[in-house]
Amino acid sequence: MKKPLLALIGLIFVGFLIDLSFDAFIQLTLIYVLINMILAMSLNLVSGFTGQFSLGHAGFMAAGAYASAFLSTIFPMNPGPMQFVYFLFYAIAGGAVAGLAGYLVGLPTLRLRGDYLAIVTLGFGEIIRVILLNTKTVGGARGMYGITGPTDFTLGSWTISKFLIGYAHAIFWVVACFVVIWRIIRSHHGRAFLSVREDEIAAEAMGIHTTQTKVRAFVLSSFFAGVAGSIFAHYANYLNPASFSFNRSVDAVIMVVLGGMGSLSGSLMAATIITILPEALRPLQEITGVDLRMVIYSLALILLMILRPKGLMGTKEVNEFWRKYVRKTS
Amino acid sequence: MSAKLLEAKSITMQFGGLKAVDSLSFHINQGELVGLIGPNGAGKTTVFNMLTSVYKPTSGEVIFLSEPTVSLKPYQVARKGMTRTFQNIRLFKDLTVLENVLIGGTKDISYGFFSSILQTSKYFQQEKALKEKAIELLAIFGLEKKAHAPASALPYGEQRKLEIIRALATQPKLICLDEPAAGMNHQETHQLMETIAKIRKDFRLTVLLIEHDMKLVMGICERIIVLDHGVKIEEGSPQVIQSSPKVIEAYLGAEDIH
Repeated sequence: MKKPLLALIGLIFVGFLIDLSFDAFIQLTLIYVLINMILAMSLNLVSGFTGQFSLGHAGFMAAGAYASAFLSTIFPMNPGPMQFVYFLFYAIAGGAVAGLAGYLVGLPTLRLRGDYLAIVTLGFGEIIRVILLNTKTVGGARGMYGITGPTDFTLGSWTISKFLIGYAHAIFWVVACFVVIWRIIRSHHGRAFLSVREDEIAAEAMGIHTTQTKVRAFVLSSFFAGVAGSIFAHYANYLNPASFSFNRSVDAVIMVVLGGMGSLSGSLMAATIITILPEALRPLQEITGVDLRMVIYSLALILLMILRPKGLMGTKEVNEFWRKYVRKTS
Repeated sequence: MSAKLLEAKSITMQFGGLKAVDSLSFHINQGELVGLIGPNGAGKTTVFNMLTSVYKPTSGEVIFLSEPTVSLKPYQVARKGMTRTFQNIRLFKDLTVLENVLIGGTKDISYGFFSSILQTSKYFQQEKALKEKAIELLAIFGLEKKAHAPASALPYGEQRKLEIIRALATQPKLICLDEPAAGMNHQETHQLMETIAKIRKDFRLTVLLIEHDMKLVMGICERIIVLDHGVKIEEGSPQVIQSSPKVIEAYLGAEDIH
């Protein structure tokens, strides 16, 4: 357990530096990067590692976001040093609701082989959105306002900022998601995921319970999508069903494909690029007066797919490239 | 007389209007090496698929280790001790040779989902034991040096071999080989014959073999079942089969009577 903990502490320290040196806009973008990282990694577990195509990741994110936001109205947060614990609690609850939704959607669909999951999850994502749009208790189409979020608080002479709390919470889940998926893939249970991706019939003949394997991957993935939703809800303080449209599901798929199906580090990179690129291109729009952002964005995607058809990383991880490079030069 | 390991009781498989296998009955004794032959389209692979529960027979019963298996799922049959290879190689292509073998090790793993996340000592112990076992198994077939190469990088003959190794990793009692010599040259076939004889002896296995290569079948099988159009037309020792007019007719056609 040492390595992940050290990484977490190191990353929180980095957050401390960011807190001191950047403005609120960049900080907000950074939080979105972290949320998208969780989203991409969790979708990669289903699509990249287990080989099941899901098109409704935004639906699970919405389930988690709204569940977590609703819970925070029942158990209001205590704005003090303990708020981190509250967010953790909300995130786990949101994740659990999303995981349950994943179980209910996955169980009947994943018994089948093929592209049925894509169709059903596509439908599920839309159903969730339409239900939320018509539920008055969570604001309906107007959206849900005033969701409790991180607040500044003072600890002796130190002021811990809103950003740092939100960042610490988000980075905790990024590390947790990474470590959980990374380790599962290196166990027998994870090898079962990979064998299902490679050849379901052969996996079954090797004694792998393929339906159970797929459902496990799907539930775990939905859980983390729900967690991402919870972080989003409490940092943005506002939820609207429109934020969980089909486009967001597609964004998640793009991140997974771009980073490489079956590469966690690829997902991290792709989530960073996809989130930052449109923001970074914003000044260009002001100079030219034309909205070139989407043109460049899509052009970049097309080019990347031509040059690296298996995604940035393929199925490899960063450390494997590192090893190769070191071996070559030494 | 040794005990019956597997028994098929008048199994029938009907695909729409086509009876691929028609009330076929046979049995395999403990430790036997049985060949299943027949012309193309005779229903041999369908029989395999029924035995391993990939298909549910339209009627009839399969008894394995004195228990019916028809209602079981393929993975349950595999865990009971019946495993198979495939006619068209179905390796986990993008995984390494070692990983291919490790996946068969379900029986050796008892750590749960959470101990793999927390990486408990149980996880490390069992993973280590499983890896050592897999490397040992690869070493028996001389593939240990290629353990970390992707399975798709192996030459054809070794891919066939790896499929057998992977099947052995599940600790089977009965292994069903579906045309293991398909596409192999004379020398490779000869090596394969030795391999089959060896695994049978070393792992005390019972083998059911589908094969077109008559030299291989006649050379190693103790008993042969001949299938034509889904019906068993002959059964017996290689000598009996070779001189059976029914078999010759199925393969070469009947003599014209003018």
